[in-house]
Amino acid sequence: MFGPHDLGGKQGLGPIDPESESTEPVFHAQWEQRVFALTLATGMLGRWNIDESRFARERQHPVDYLQNSYYENWLAGLQTLLVEKGLISHEELGSRQGAAETVDDSLRVPDEATAAKLLRGGGPTLLPAEQEPAFAQGARVRVLKRYTSGHSRAPGYAQGAVGSIARQWGSHIFPDANAAGSRRGEHLYSVRFSAASLWGEAEDVDVFIDLWEPYLELA
Amino acid sequence: MSHDHDHTDPPADIALRVKALESLLVEKGLVNPAALDAIIETYEHRVGPRNGARVVARAWTDPEFKAALLEDASAAVAELGYEGRQGEHLQVVENTPELHNLVVCTLCSCYPWTVLGLPPVWYKSAPYRARAVSEPHSVLAEFGTHLPASTRIQVWDSTSEMRYLVLPMRPAGAEDFDEEALQSLVTRNAMIGVEQVSMPGRG
Repeated sequence: MFGPHDLGGKQGLGPIDPESESTEPVFHAQWEQRVFALTLATGMLGRWNIDESRFARERQHPVDYLQNSYYENWLAGLQTLLVEKGLISHEELGSRQGAAETVDDSLRVPDEATAAKLLRGGGPTLLPAEQEPAFAQGARVRVLKRYTSGHSRAPGYAQGAVGSIARQWGSHIFPDANAAGSRRGEHLYSVRFSAASLWGEAEDVDVFIDLWEPYLELA
Repeated sequence: MSHDHDHTDPPADIALRVKALESLLVEKGLVNPAALDAIIETYEHRVGPRNGARVVARAWTDPEFKAALLEDASAAVAELGYEGRQGEHLQVVENTPELHNLVVCTLCSCYPWTVLGLPPVWYKSAPYRARAVSEPHSVLAEFGTHLPASTRIQVWDSTSEMRYLVLPMRPAGAEDFDEEALQSLVTRNAMIGVEQVSMPGRG
């Protein structure tokens, strides 16, 4: 979706104003630490995947998304998923009162050792596609216009632009389908765009974007 | 500064809301408090940009390691013990006098956790995500980085699970430095590509 998260090329957002690397803490408040850990720990329950998690943050009202701090957006996404997946009820979230313990024998709640093991193991996303890659190295491709209410990783600023296939990354889980609960592999490419093809008159710059095959057509 | 008695002050409110959510999840048996502590401990103290600095210093001093790193970065850094979440598909992009690499995630905050830890606030901020792809020179200037006109910029928008680490140029004057001394020169910002590595005192 063309949500508020799709920020490439947006203007008027002001300076970046970076904090000094030598003094910036990993977390700026204790609640940020807790939101981070709660998000990872509940993610380990296996009731949703990373694309559903991203989509839950993106489909907030744009004003909320842009006004929130980063971890406020994580909190909003986490609450949405907990309720939508039936792990807590809307009432429990509202009252903030613990109700009965969740009775679900299929839930395996990771302990300390399992959590550490899962962090270390990661989650590789390679997954075979049904067909061979459609685009060869160097092929000229156009990013299709996509107006979808679902999750997508084709940035708005690249849609309609023509670039060339710089690298084939193999076949990876397709986020658009994964966010809708269907897991399949599609070929992933690094596509090179000149800044001029993205922005018209522009700096002498190349932008490389990772794009899945369904986002592209031969140009 | 005057006292502020506004009890709807957002930071206090959010701290309470998060506390309530955590209690609810613990009470319902959905999270294990020891697992939460293990997660925080990992990213607050064990996984961070010193990992990446070790990778860079090794690449500067060991040509075989550098070749392996550019060929298959995930495998090369796993040999140093760095593997796991958000580093499953790592790519290293090398800076040269002709090319300067800059990494961004315009859609969220994709970042190579295994070698850099969690991203800084500015990396996740709207202005950085907006401008890195459209006006990288002005972004670099905000970090005090000015490249020669002959250097071309390559921006990597990591929209997938591919994760990018910049291999900065070894600074002139550091020819005699050993691996440990080199590590101390390497900044996190240089491995994202908003800065170059410089000698101490020439910041």
